[in-house]
Amino acid sequence: MSVPYAKLPRWVDYGLIPLINLVVAFAVAGLVVLLVGENPLSAAAIMIEGAFGRGQNIAYTLYYATSFIFTGLAVAVAFHGGLFNIGGEGQAYIGGLGVVLVVLNLDAVFPWYVNFPLAVVGAGLAGALWALIPAYLQAKRGSHIVITTIMFNFIAASLMVYLLVDVLKPLGQMAPQTRAFAEGGQLPKLNWIIELFGARIRSAPFNISFLLALAAAFGVWVLIWRTKLGYEIRTQGFSPKAARYAGIGEARIIIITMMISGALAGMMALNPVMGDQNRLQLDFVTGAGFVGIAVALMGRSHPAGIVPAAILFGVLYQGGAEIAFEMPAISRDMIVIIQGLVILFAGALEHMFRPPIQAFFASLGNPARSNGAAREGQA
Amino acid sequence: MADAAIELIGINKSFGPVRANRDIHLEVAPGTIHGIIGENGAGKSTLMSILYGFYQADSGDILVRGKPVSIQTPNDAIATGIGMVHQHFMLVANFTVLENIILGAEGSALLTSSIGRARAELRRLEQDYGLEVDPDAVVEELPVGLQQRVEILKALYRGADILILDEPTGVLTPPEADHLFRILARLKDEGKTVILITHKLREIMAITDNVSVMRAGTMVATRKTSDTTVEELAELMVGRRVLLRVEKDAANPAASKLSVENLTVRDGRGVDMVKDVSFEVRAGEIVGIAGVAGNGQSELMETIAGLRRAVSGTVLLDNKPIDVTGTADPGELRDRGLAHVPEDRHHVGLVLAYEEQENAILGYHDQAQYLKGPFLDHAAIRRDAEEKIAKYDIRPGNPRLKTANFSGGNQQKIVLAREMEQDPGVLLVGQPTRGVDVGAIEFIHKRLIAMRDAGKAVLLVSVELDEIRALSDRILVMFDGRIVGERDGSASEGELGLLMAGVEGPEAAE
Repeated sequence: MSVPYAKLPRWVDYGLIPLINLVVAFAVAGLVVLLVGENPLSAAAIMIEGAFGRGQNIAYTLYYATSFIFTGLAVAVAFHGGLFNIGGEGQAYIGGLGVVLVVLNLDAVFPWYVNFPLAVVGAGLAGALWALIPAYLQAKRGSHIVITTIMFNFIAASLMVYLLVDVLKPLGQMAPQTRAFAEGGQLPKLNWIIELFGARIRSAPFNISFLLALAAAFGVWVLIWRTKLGYEIRTQGFSPKAARYAGIGEARIIIITMMISGALAGMMALNPVMGDQNRLQLDFVTGAGFVGIAVALMGRSHPAGIVPAAILFGVLYQGGAEIAFEMPAISRDMIVIIQGLVILFAGALEHMFRPPIQAFFASLGNPARSNGAAREGQA
Repeated sequence: MADAAIELIGINKSFGPVRANRDIHLEVAPGTIHGIIGENGAGKSTLMSILYGFYQADSGDILVRGKPVSIQTPNDAIATGIGMVHQHFMLVANFTVLENIILGAEGSALLTSSIGRARAELRRLEQDYGLEVDPDAVVEELPVGLQQRVEILKALYRGADILILDEPTGVLTPPEADHLFRILARLKDEGKTVILITHKLREIMAITDNVSVMRAGTMVATRKTSDTTVEELAELMVGRRVLLRVEKDAANPAASKLSVENLTVRDGRGVDMVKDVSFEVRAGEIVGIAGVAGNGQSELMETIAGLRRAVSGTVLLDNKPIDVTGTADPGELRDRGLAHVPEDRHHVGLVLAYEEQENAILGYHDQAQYLKGPFLDHAAIRRDAEEKIAKYDIRPGNPRLKTANFSGGNQQKIVLAREMEQDPGVLLVGQPTRGVDVGAIEFIHKRLIAMRDAGKAVLLVSVELDEIRALSDRILVMFDGRIVGERDGSASEGELGLLMAGVEGPEAAE
């Protein structure tokens, strides 16, 4: 009886409110564009054009989205267990190490379809192990997972610099990166799917790890809502006291949840490393781990929300790059501002427009509300 | 005649398919204490939440002192002079009394002036109404009865002259409750109007001038308290005749099922909460632990259930030890036939955000009957939940409804159904009827007696002395962490009351 607000129909909760948040975020971003002396409408047009205009652009949008699905799922799984995993960036980075350990040894031996599953295991395992240390510290020593995972991002970055400069870099090469993979370490592109719709693509990195990301999204849904482990994770997340009462071992759940989360973050590395660059480069994660937090927030930690949210951020990345290219007054940092606004309105200020919307629906009278609630009751 | 302090006309409120209030009419005369009783889920709390602006009615009018008002938020309610004391206190635990009282009415950016004003006002309120409380005490260090007093002061400080109290005695000891009633009588004498929501008939009879009875979302009757009887009210509430006493035969205790020896439990602050406690519970008996809340009963219960570690002592379940000082785990104890209905069903016994059927397996989710390999068998879980809903008359009977949307009594039935249907050898029950309505109390008591008659050992902890006396075959009284006396089930209230107050001292145990 302490919930101050009445319930809203599901489509408002999961459709209308995020949409309004998004529109407001873009409106404010438009003001910023205006301030730097460009036309916000043409900026918006460039962004849409840049993200969807040609097959090429769509492929890039989905390529970025693939990475964000992985990191978004990683944050969401941890969140269901009541854990805030800020370490997706580092876990993805170390995931890349897992990928190259497999690929550098096997790319000349096996074809891609043998190496890919092995690299998935390698990436997942590396990410999971990187998450294991903060998880263990939280479970056994009570060190706050937010602090330790942030610190582990820095440790991961330093470790990878060392490995790339001193260990993995081939002799006589200037750039801190591994050698290029042979054909057995390169993932097939999915550009032909877009070409089926009549578009022409010169080259784009959209690859089959997108399908793996969708499978992972489905797998996370099954895990969280359909398995005993998921039930235990959710119980721990909702109420640690109830979990203890139910005989669910807190330490065990923290460690398992974080390892699953780390594994998902680690798999993000497959997309750029095997799908695009075909070598391990310095800083290949480029913030995808952090974008995952926004994606999970926007997607309400549900795979069905995370996939569209990841695509939205793919649009911002790809379309934003086009704006920076077409409009000299707008730098890439502008895109970061727009992304920040989306995170602000869709995540942090998620409930800002709730009360007025609720008042509006209340004023529509009972039928709309009770129907909506009845639907929800039956769903 | 003066205008009614509050008049509600044709209030309707639905939550989805559930009609919580239908066409409610209520008139509360100024300067009276008006009781509202009804079973949990009858719509009392919803009605008061509408009056206090937490919810808006779907239709209907509210008149305060004869004038129609629109109450959209609690602030509107406060502005019209309505104050509310919630069942679960809304205080900031680590603030002082003064800081809590000015919370939401701070005035300016600097607190000095408002603190000073509040201090003077508090002194006046204390004198006027006999509400003594140290303004500089930190709230979490105050006993529950005083915390409630702070809530009342908070409402009065905001100028409330109509005060709503929601189940105010649920957390109080009998002397604290008596004190509260004296305060309410004083408030009435000073011209305030009090609305008292409760499900305890005795309180209604003791203190109210008028009483309205709600049942299933409707207002079924309003009576002058002096013209009615407990039996009539109970019948109105439940819609049928109610057995106010529990009928049971003499117990047939058999072998010892649970035996506690020299158990000592220390809390996080290093204070011994349970001191060298020994007792046993045999198959086929109910042992009740009486005591004023906070004398170690909760800690004792949690330790036996594996939720808390003991410093020393042994506990035997079916003559086999439980590792209470080390690794005892609630899951393992469940496997060994020990079921536990925890005192705090909101945070421990249930996950309120879960669907009913998800809570119906909490703690038993490891069992093969609910699983298909690593997956939850939703069909089986649902069937199981539906069976329990039917058998325990859990309403509304929708296993997919969020648990938070069930009333207190029905939430408790969800927990009881889960724990009892596992057919445990030993059942630990904490506050089984706290915040539960008369009809459900009767049902729960009958179930507990049935467990006993089926040869189970039942250990009952309750702060309701009536409940302990009605159900227990043996009564242990705890005071300051010790068992200070053992009596049989027929012990008088006065005798137990003296033990609970610690008057007879520990030597009475010998």
